[in-house]
Amino acid sequence: MSETISIKPKATRQAFGESLARLGGEYPNIVVLDADLSKSTKSELFAKKYPERFVELGIAEQNMLGVAAGLSLAGKNAFCCSFACFLAGRFETIKISVAYPNSNVKMIGTHAGVGIGPDGYSQMGLEDLALLRTLPGMQVFQPADEIECIQIMEYLATLVGPAYLRLTRQELTPMHTAAYRFVPGKLDVVAEGKDVAIFATGGPTMHAVRAREILKGAGIDAAVVNVPSIKPFDDAGVQAWSKRVPLIVTVEDHNILGGMGGAVAEALAGASGDRARLLRHGIPDVFGESGEPEDLYTKFKLDAEGITSVVREALGR
Amino acid sequence: MAGSPSLDALEQTANRLRIDILEMINVAGSGHPGGSLSAIDLITAIYGLVLKHDPKNPEDPDRDRFILSKGHGVPALYAVMAEHGYFDRALLPTLRKLGSPLQGHPVRGMLPGIEACTGSLGQGLSIAVGVAIGARMDKKAFRAFCVMGDGEIQEGQVWEAAMSAGKLKLDNVIGILDFNKAQIDGLVEDVMPIEPVEAKWQSFGWKTRRINGHDFAQIAEALTWATTPEGAPKMIVADTIKGKGVSFMESAVLSWHGSAPTRAQCDQAVLEIRAKLAGHDLPVSLSGKNAGAKS
Repeated sequence: MSETISIKPKATRQAFGESLARLGGEYPNIVVLDADLSKSTKSELFAKKYPERFVELGIAEQNMLGVAAGLSLAGKNAFCCSFACFLAGRFETIKISVAYPNSNVKMIGTHAGVGIGPDGYSQMGLEDLALLRTLPGMQVFQPADEIECIQIMEYLATLVGPAYLRLTRQELTPMHTAAYRFVPGKLDVVAEGKDVAIFATGGPTMHAVRAREILKGAGIDAAVVNVPSIKPFDDAGVQAWSKRVPLIVTVEDHNILGGMGGAVAEALAGASGDRARLLRHGIPDVFGESGEPEDLYTKFKLDAEGITSVVREALGR
Repeated sequence: MAGSPSLDALEQTANRLRIDILEMINVAGSGHPGGSLSAIDLITAIYGLVLKHDPKNPEDPDRDRFILSKGHGVPALYAVMAEHGYFDRALLPTLRKLGSPLQGHPVRGMLPGIEACTGSLGQGLSIAVGVAIGARMDKKAFRAFCVMGDGEIQEGQVWEAAMSAGKLKLDNVIGILDFNKAQIDGLVEDVMPIEPVEAKWQSFGWKTRRINGHDFAQIAEALTWATTPEGAPKMIVADTIKGKGVSFMESAVLSWHGSAPTRAQCDQAVLEIRAKLAGHDLPVSLSGKNAGAKS
């Protein structure tokens, strides 16, 4: 397991904003768009530093996506920012204006999942991974902490083509060291284990790490695998894990249909011979609701205790 | 613009390209003749008079970007592009066929010179706005031209884009509305009226001008006006006729949105157009090598 470094917990949206403002100096072709949420998405950090490369487009997300495609056509790497739900809700524009012509557009969806809390379901992106990963050429990433977010941002600063980055409103406890290297299309093995492999992505990943400790107390040796790269997806890595453990549990703050768990299921379907059983854990195809983020994570069993109980029930131990 | 063709020559070119449009759609067996024929004069004039473009260098970073937001009118654009040498005319009869870069609606990346993927209506103007913002950021002189359909501006995204161009006072965005009065389910004024259309654009911060979209003197004058920066985006509202140039289409505008002419209908239409072209160069027939392929 990686040694935890002594930086404070940080929301990945904050890590994104700081990273974007820093990358703006290095990459003059980066431009940033927001749709009246720059204070929340943290794109304001870039806007303050590079106002001439920031465009406020008001509450009109589909236009923002098209404008980003146009900026790509003018030679820019256009980052457009909003809540995950409001970007994914403009799927048709993403599909035709952004993805189809392979636009150099980076879509930043913050406030992912039930982790947004009291605002309730209308503000929760719970389907965004499922939607975005169906588009050919679209890359889809979700960091589990600040260091990973910074490294994904560095990748996106030079990537020519469309990508979607899914970020949290809530703070995430660091789980990587500065030595960590994010690799697109690869799993990140946080801790080895032989009884079960917990595949986690985004907000709940830090809870999966703590669940491993609780499970250890119950005599269960759990691996924790962080999944920052939803697309490209590490099919071979998943298939290899399916030969090493009897059970894979996927954990995500997203509908269990079509997200990271869906990607794992698709990869497993292609594995021949004996392989692990799969339990997809997340938001069980229901709408989200209002509540404090911690209470929602407890309700949906996305906190350490919840993940522990889900794993123990699946193992019957 | 130095070396510009005469307006009479442009008009004759547009008429020749009408034949290409009809032949292409006939060979394809499907497509949108009405809205292609209503837009061909406008597109021919834009490419011939004001668009800064180089078919030999279609990704020149300083080029003007032309976006056909009403993507179903793409046979008109393909005809104009072939005329300017973006690709060989021999490709025209491959329209809509498996493996052809001439997709049923324009696709950027499959055919050099196509700037955007359109056909899902209402998206092109946002892209034009982004191009214009990019030009302004880099202090470049290139402009974005966006041809929209009248029914198309029923889409809400168009007005989001209009609002943003108005806010930013983008005088390097030129909109052209092909106002041919008809859409699939009926007349625009019945399906979802858009009038008073100039007032709508003006209220979003645009300058407007209304012209006869088949009168080359008026088109040329409007394009000169539209490409003269005056601190605001400009919209040319062009009154057009769906199926312009083919009598049996002009008299039944609701029948020719999305149906291909049969071989006999195509021949009749071509005869009509050739009569107007007497004394001018005639296009090489597209149907010759495809005779019998589809009729």
